[in-house]
Amino acid sequence: MRIIPTQVETLWTLFTAPAVWAAHFLFCYVLAAVWCAKRGDEGFGVVQAGVAAATVVAVAMIVLSAWLAWRQWGFGTDDPPHDDATRRDRTLFQGFATLLLSGLSLVAVVYTALPPLFIDGCAS
Amino acid sequence: MTAIVETEATSAEAREAGAEQLRCAWQPPAGWRYWTSANNTQVGIWYAATAFAFMLFAGVLALIVRAQLAVPANDLVSADFYNQAFTLHGTVMMFLFAVPIFEAVAIFLLPSMLGARDLPFPRLGAFGFWSFLIGGVFVCGSIFFDSAPSSGWFMYPPLATNKEYSGIGADIWLLGLSFIEVASIAAAVEIIVGIMKCRAPGMRINLMPLFAWYLLIVAGMILFAFPPLIAGDLLFEMQRMFDWPFFDAERGGDPLLWQHLFWIFGHPEVYIIFLPAIALMAMIVPTFSQRPIVGYSWIVLAAVGTGFLSFGLWVHHMFATGLPQISLAFFSAASEAVAIPTGVQIFVFIATMLAGRVIFSVPMLFGTGGIAIFVIGGLTGVMVALAPFDWQAHDTYFVVAHLHYVLIGGMLFPVVAGIYYWYPLLNARMLSMRLGRLAFWLMFAGFNIAFFPMHLTGLRGMPRRVFTYPEDIGWDWLNLVSTIGAFIFAAGVLVVVFDVLRPKQREPKGARNPWNAGTLEWLNEPEENWGVRSIPPVESRYPLWDQKELMREANAGAYYLADAPEGRRETMVTSVLDARPLQCLRVAGPTTITIISAALLGAVFVAITFEQWIVALAAGIGTVAAILWWLWTGTGEIPERETRDVGLGLSLPLYVTGTASVGWWAMFITMVGDGTAFASLVFGYFFYWTIHADFTAGLAGPGWEWPMAALALFAGAWAATFAARELNARGSTGGMRLALLAGVLLAVAGSAAAFAGPWTYAMQPTVHVYPAIVWVLVIWVMVHAAVGVIMQLYCLARSLAGRLTREHDVEMHVVALYWHFLAITALITFAVVGLFPEAM
Repeated sequence: MRIIPTQVETLWTLFTAPAVWAAHFLFCYVLAAVWCAKRGDEGFGVVQAGVAAATVVAVAMIVLSAWLAWRQWGFGTDDPPHDDATRRDRTLFQGFATLLLSGLSLVAVVYTALPPLFIDGCAS
Repeated sequence: MTAIVETEATSAEAREAGAEQLRCAWQPPAGWRYWTSANNTQVGIWYAATAFAFMLFAGVLALIVRAQLAVPANDLVSADFYNQAFTLHGTVMMFLFAVPIFEAVAIFLLPSMLGARDLPFPRLGAFGFWSFLIGGVFVCGSIFFDSAPSSGWFMYPPLATNKEYSGIGADIWLLGLSFIEVASIAAAVEIIVGIMKCRAPGMRINLMPLFAWYLLIVAGMILFAFPPLIAGDLLFEMQRMFDWPFFDAERGGDPLLWQHLFWIFGHPEVYIIFLPAIALMAMIVPTFSQRPIVGYSWIVLAAVGTGFLSFGLWVHHMFATGLPQISLAFFSAASEAVAIPTGVQIFVFIATMLAGRVIFSVPMLFGTGGIAIFVIGGLTGVMVALAPFDWQAHDTYFVVAHLHYVLIGGMLFPVVAGIYYWYPLLNARMLSMRLGRLAFWLMFAGFNIAFFPMHLTGLRGMPRRVFTYPEDIGWDWLNLVSTIGAFIFAAGVLVVVFDVLRPKQREPKGARNPWNAGTLEWLNEPEENWGVRSIPPVESRYPLWDQKELMREANAGAYYLADAPEGRRETMVTSVLDARPLQCLRVAGPTTITIISAALLGAVFVAITFEQWIVALAAGIGTVAAILWWLWTGTGEIPERETRDVGLGLSLPLYVTGTASVGWWAMFITMVGDGTAFASLVFGYFFYWTIHADFTAGLAGPGWEWPMAALALFAGAWAATFAARELNARGSTGGMRLALLAGVLLAVAGSAAAFAGPWTYAMQPTVHVYPAIVWVLVIWVMVHAAVGVIMQLYCLARSLAGRLTREHDVEMHVVALYWHFLAITALITFAVVGLFPEAM
């Protein structure tokens, strides 16, 4: 079994990192909302730990997605704009765009992870 | 494409014959039948013109609002009329102008930009237009009968669920707009399949015009944004019509659920409006900088990134509702994050302008002026994304100023830029640059005079939506200035309208591609309806700049599909990533069925509004019959031969099935939207669970036995449908028909078992929200099962009629796909309603 996936020919990989952001965001929000509705401030550390754990997983997935994108981009051997009418340039474009999206998603995941660092209760 | 070999076949005579065939095939119908056209050019123009007409109407309402507010203690209009005017103004601008105008522009421009002759489902586009027209006239017309919606454009309960205070206007809003939302989802299906599958050969995804990238993302967003609102509308109407207490706190409901569902739609909608407008800029800026866009991939990053992040913002409209601050903080964080991709696209435009030599023509004036306004709106957006600031500014004129800066700068100005830019495609003449400049300065100055003071009025505490105010509290002169500005702005809009409508027959026709643009839509000849004379192979992001011979040879009919020997309308289907040619797709011509279907469906919604149940039922049956007729006569046609010689030595199949067919894609996309609406209802179920200690309120549930029986029966129906597809593929026609029959019986039995659960436990939906939400989920499955049964019977009938065979089985694939989704819906529904209360 390979640990690193082989390169696949699909449009969907472009959306990997933003999808991870969405899942992470939803998890954090639902966890906090349900906890605050059902338990209130009692044991809020669970929410903080849950967000932290989810953030570690999400960051790991985004970093993996970024590495795969970097590979698809040929490890940066070519510069953009990748506008030749070749399969190679199309692949490089996909890799580069996916890499950029991984960066944005990473920042957005970190943003989402920040509130439980500063707010240690539901404060409702 | 360089040297074209002059052979007998490509002689001038044969070319002229090919051109004549194409002209015949694509000719728009004459006389009254003109309105039966389904072609993207006509439908696009109607769509845009209608959306503009609604915009002018809503603009007049805004002027009435501004006139009323010009001086303190004014009594120009009554408070009730004022409420109707501002509600309708917001509603019409958002639902009947901002979203539809993008659908209109997409339908008009996309095919030619992609090098296609039409979008893959022209009748669906026409159906969407007629639905939009009927629904829009219905909603707008209500104000002339003093029965327009009056509870604000986001219809918050408990005000809007109270029949005494909100009258029939709220029903008109809910049902009229639900109808239009259906049209938007239809457009999304059309646009996604068009962009993914109908690009010119060679237009790989790294060469796609940025407009197409943006629209692909926007159409995807519609699939996830509109269905929650449709689900919300459904719950809302159930409460208004049948007193099911979804938003009634006394019986376990919660008005906040509506706010969630509305803003899960409402915030992405802002970006659904903004991204297509900025997409116009992504086409205009390179042309007037006379160089390719700088940072194509960065634009893709911005479009995709904004598309995703915009779904994490909805609660920032609910900062003042008392949600836990930790929840607010997550949404505040995402609201700040979305500024990053938004900023990226602005910088890409600036970089492109710096790198090229900018020609400041009228489209650029409107474009850059709009961006300047938008940036101010974006900055105040960053301010109100901070919860503590929002608590001060919430529901004041500061927010009114913010949202108009965002929407008018981010949408209206770029759209006007687009009108000046693409107008030559309509009738080969330019709009007046002198009038354009005048309009721009009137609009730009008027806008800022009208809306900038509102920041201050808001900070001075003026709440939005008040119909008048006392003097001497510091709001007078600011409001007067705003009103003056609004009329200056309106004068600018009128100049644009005059410029578009004034007769131009006497003016000489201009050159094709007057701005020297690089993208394919400028191949279009306004006097021909065929889109492109021949479909060129694409090798560049800006084919007209880089492929020097392309325009001449495409016009000479040297490329693909340069004729129409059978007199049919045809376009090419290509692969998603590399745009390899896959199929020659025959698309529909003029038809009345779209008008009939839309009128009947519109009648259903209007009849429900006035609680005319028998009329609604009759119109509903009529709608189903019309759509079946449409499908039966117009889809899955078995061609007279297998392949078609499309030119340049390429021969393509006329019929494809399974995942390669555009029909399969359309069903998949539709069901993603449908699944989102379903997920919103499930969200509602669990929302009620979170807000109550015991969400069943001690009432009986449906038990687990009937739901599990229903689940087993639906699993059987799904398996039978799947087996029917496989048996047909193996040539067992009899086996397929038996399997379909079994599927029908199992689905009917499953629906009965689903119904039996809440029925046998006598769950009363008007007593409490718990039985109501269970009933809604069960009814949702039953309605989908009914559609599934119609589909199974349709396949059976097609098979008996010899229109569905072993080789020509696309209907079977599409129906099996529907059943995959239905099986998932049934699994979730019955697990939730049957097992979850047991586990609690």
